[in-house]
Amino acid sequence: MSNEKDWPLWEIFIQSKRGLDHKHVGSLHAADAQMAVENARDVYTRRNEGNSIWAVLAEHIHASKPEDQEAFFDPADDKVYRHPTFYPMPEGVKYI
Amino acid sequence: MSENKEEALFQAKVDAEQKIEPKDWMPDAYRKTLVRQISQHAHSEIVGMLPEGNWITRAPSLRRKTILLAKVQDEAGHGLYLYSAAETLGTGRDEMVDQLLSGKAKYSSIFNYPTLTWADIGAVGWLVDGAAIMNQVMLCRTSYGPYARAMVRICKEESFHQRQGYDILVTLCKGTPEQKAMAQDALDRWWWPSLMMFGPSDKDSPHSAQSMKWKIKRQSNDELRQTFIDRTVSQAEFLGLKIPDDKLKWNEETQHYDWGEIDWAEFFDVIKGNGPCNKERLTARQKAHADGAWVREAAMAHAEKKMKQKAA
Repeated sequence: MSNEKDWPLWEIFIQSKRGLDHKHVGSLHAADAQMAVENARDVYTRRNEGNSIWAVLAEHIHASKPEDQEAFFDPADDKVYRHPTFYPMPEGVKYI
Repeated sequence: MSENKEEALFQAKVDAEQKIEPKDWMPDAYRKTLVRQISQHAHSEIVGMLPEGNWITRAPSLRRKTILLAKVQDEAGHGLYLYSAAETLGTGRDEMVDQLLSGKAKYSSIFNYPTLTWADIGAVGWLVDGAAIMNQVMLCRTSYGPYARAMVRICKEESFHQRQGYDILVTLCKGTPEQKAMAQDALDRWWWPSLMMFGPSDKDSPHSAQSMKWKIKRQSNDELRQTFIDRTVSQAEFLGLKIPDDKLKWNEETQHYDWGEIDWAEFFDVIKGNGPCNKERLTARQKAHADGAWVREAAMAHAEKKMKQKAA
């Protein structure tokens, strides 16, 4: 059992309808990419939840770290001028 | 940051109803509790396929057979959603499977009871899945993100399971006196074990308070059990079946049903491994895993060969 080599872990992304984003749904183990996609079909789309599947080796995903949260995301807090609501439009101006 | 400060931040997040995600700092005991609970839950889904698989070849019609196949396939899927969630906590799939096969890990005791007649498949769907749903609906709001997301997925599929079970019993109860007696017999045998599924009474459940504080669970075992009873009694009445509890009686004052006493000695005995099917279930899983070893190895060897060819 334990000397057996484990199948690698794949992260699965499903597009529920044409035109929408692929969304992460979970993971599974598979020997290769083809098996990952086929197993994802059986595990994550038994009730028409999917129209397209992406399988990505989990080890290929790089994620930001929770401890970098502030340094990463706080700078956006004080840049209200990036939002259209920052600019009051004069009365009577249309289509903008 | 000091451990205490980390823990305070963690608890503040939980209290503010923010989900905990895999890379967040969390107390070791929180991680351990989750790995144990989620993997046990996954094992239960997998072992739970066995009592029902027992009836796939003997379902009374093609319609019932296709439905049961779909249900058992769902259970496999639920096991995988949950293993997937548990793995985000840093415990490998192989390790969890080893723990199940070696008998170290527990799974829901209910699956150590046999499915003797077709009516049992009805009772399992109606009562066992019904009781599981109570717990699972609560867990959709659990504090650990991947667990909560897996539970949402499971809950969407679970009510089909309960309904197909009830549908089997409705049909039997409208049938011959023998068929109705078979349904009653199934209820007689599954009622008390189903109530045991909610776990020990709150006063005997030492970890409950901590799990509530961490918002892993949000309702106590006794609360969930009472809600299940309150909801199920009228469903039994509709079937014309009698719940095997002489003390079961509506209490106008509490607006709940009063009911009898669970045989906790039986509960702990089955957990210890002395239920009617403990050995059979574990042996079946060990055999399936051993028999599948060459397939897993062959698939891996094939994948590696293809990779090499591609690289060359």
